[in-house]
Amino acid sequence: MTARDDIFARIRAALANLPERRSHPEFAAELTYPRSAPADIGTGSAPGGFDGAAAITALFRAQMQRAGGRVFTDPAELGAWLRAEGATHGVCDPALQPALTAALGPGLRLETALDRTRIDDYAFGITRASGAIAETGTVILHDADTSSRLAALAPWIHIAVLDPGRIHAGIHVHLADAVAALGPDPNVVWCTGPSKTADVEGILIQGVHGPGEQVALISAL
Amino acid sequence: MPFSKPTQPIDAFAAAQSPERRASVRLGSQAGHDKRTAILTEDYADPDQLRRLAGAVKQHALDHLDRYLGEAEARLTAHGAVVHFARDADEACQSVREILERRGARRVVKAKSMVTEEIGLGAFLEAHGIESLETDLGEYIVQIDADHPSHIVKPILHKNRREIARSFEAHGLGSYDDTPEVITRRARVHLRRKYLEADAAITGANFVSAESGRLVIVTNEGNARFCLAATRCHIAVVGIEKLVARDGDLALLLNLLARSATGQALSVYTELISGPRAAGQPDGPDEMHVVFLDNGRTGVLADACREILRCIRCGACLNVCPVYRQASGHAYRSVYPGPLGAVLAPLLAQNQEASGLGGLGAFAGFAGLADLPRASSLCGACNDVCPVDIPIPELLLRLRDRAHRAPAGQTGSPGSASPGPAMTTWSRIASAPALWRRALASGRLLRFLPRALRPAPLRAWEQNHVLPPWRGGAFRAWMSSRARPAR
Repeated sequence: MTARDDIFARIRAALANLPERRSHPEFAAELTYPRSAPADIGTGSAPGGFDGAAAITALFRAQMQRAGGRVFTDPAELGAWLRAEGATHGVCDPALQPALTAALGPGLRLETALDRTRIDDYAFGITRASGAIAETGTVILHDADTSSRLAALAPWIHIAVLDPGRIHAGIHVHLADAVAALGPDPNVVWCTGPSKTADVEGILIQGVHGPGEQVALISAL
Repeated sequence: MPFSKPTQPIDAFAAAQSPERRASVRLGSQAGHDKRTAILTEDYADPDQLRRLAGAVKQHALDHLDRYLGEAEARLTAHGAVVHFARDADEACQSVREILERRGARRVVKAKSMVTEEIGLGAFLEAHGIESLETDLGEYIVQIDADHPSHIVKPILHKNRREIARSFEAHGLGSYDDTPEVITRRARVHLRRKYLEADAAITGANFVSAESGRLVIVTNEGNARFCLAATRCHIAVVGIEKLVARDGDLALLLNLLARSATGQALSVYTELISGPRAAGQPDGPDEMHVVFLDNGRTGVLADACREILRCIRCGACLNVCPVYRQASGHAYRSVYPGPLGAVLAPLLAQNQEASGLGGLGAFAGFAGLADLPRASSLCGACNDVCPVDIPIPELLLRLRDRAHRAPAGQTGSPGSASPGPAMTTWSRIASAPALWRRALASGRLLRFLPRALRPAPLRAWEQNHVLPPWRGGAFRAWMSSRARPAR
């Protein structure tokens, strides 16, 4: 008997003795919504009425900052911040590089291919985001949209470029919505703020293996 | 002195704790519990409703495991992953070794995984000439110290910064500096080279959805992500209890996992993987393997304590437990400490031994763990905080009851923990932390024990099997003699 057959036979034998098998508990996704992201956000049903997309973006910004990340909507401001950080050399998605080189302003060098032997030379990595989750302040990276997994991880600063055209399609209000919209991509990663540890005496340190700064640039390029 | 008259093996461990270590564990677990409670009550009007629901979701998957395991296998295979099945620790380790040897892989990086601790995979690979490096900061420190994790989420809860700084200095990671930020930066510099040099990555999985075949891997450090960005081959070793029916179940479980484990709404990196990298993606695995492991789990599934298989390894029951806070994780003598471990570890060990499986691995074996169901005040706090509503106190009572009912010497239940010559020896070792540590450190505990003094289940097992030589010693010896590049 193969290990597979043996394990399935053991499972069936174990389950055969159960007086009953628990059915799947049906539950509404709303149950999982935390109070910080109520079910009526973005639907226009809130008192006074408001622009749903703007409310979702505001929630995303607040939650991402709460998770230790930064949100920019003006590429020039992002460029100024990078220069102030002394981060003048990075690696960038080749499809975004021409437009970003212009939009970020002078004094920044954006390479289009990551050289694994010079992994510590890149102060920042710029890749496209596939969406976001407002409730948790998360940027979503699909493998098919990410120019390089390493570019999104190894440099100290990761900039995920989020097209505002995706505000409705790709920016989910809730984690449950993002789960429902996983799609066919074989590797989806949700990044919620910078890489963190509290292994040493419970003290929070950012930038363990991945970025110490997680940035979202909400901009059409 | 609350421990002046030890009456159980675990009391001796608690009494042997240095005041410094006891303070680390007490403060760390209290902080974990406080953060968990704050975020759950802030975010949800009725967290208990969610916990009960999540428990039902996990129990449903377990009650239909034949169906969901088959579905996950089919989906993963359709997405280009290779699915393997392993009855026990040895089969799982051999599976991994064969995959690595076929690729000529000599160096692997590992993300934190309790199940690979359970099967002793790192030590097995080292013994077969394959370098296996832990990349989670806490697990890395455990590895260079040849120590054992004392908590399932915070492996070095028992260590303070001074111990870690001394250890880094001893292993060539710079001169003594106990600033947490410096420690973390040094590990960053060292480990990123290791990722890039590695031939393959080994991870566990937090959940597997039968609906999409996706494995969910959650970390805060990004180490699992780095493993899967830098290497060409991904091997996931996954206990069969990790299945859930639907993707929608993940929303519920992920909302509870990070809140219960670390007081976060969501861990930093949540990776949902259904196969090798996408076309056009330059980084990451073109080969993905999933090894589904039994190692006693089907036996637990048939047991009256089957609810313990719902466990999602968040550590909330450790953080709240008054016994854990005094005794720390090593007192539980297996990779699963705390209240969940007091139920799961003896049951797994018992089923591994009862079915003649070679599952001794890093475990103490059933006889060495049989006292654990008694090591609880049954205060019920573990059930109150459990994100999948496991009735741990009830399960502990069921195990105690069984121990009273079973005739002495019978190996089929925890009742076999009756005192006999073998049990006396095990009790003595288990009651003496120093002896236990020495036995583990020397790695020759089983070989030193005369056959007649080995626990009965092991003797029965040995009638048909040859006990493999202990594998940990080679790894530890290698680790401690290993020269590290100076920084």
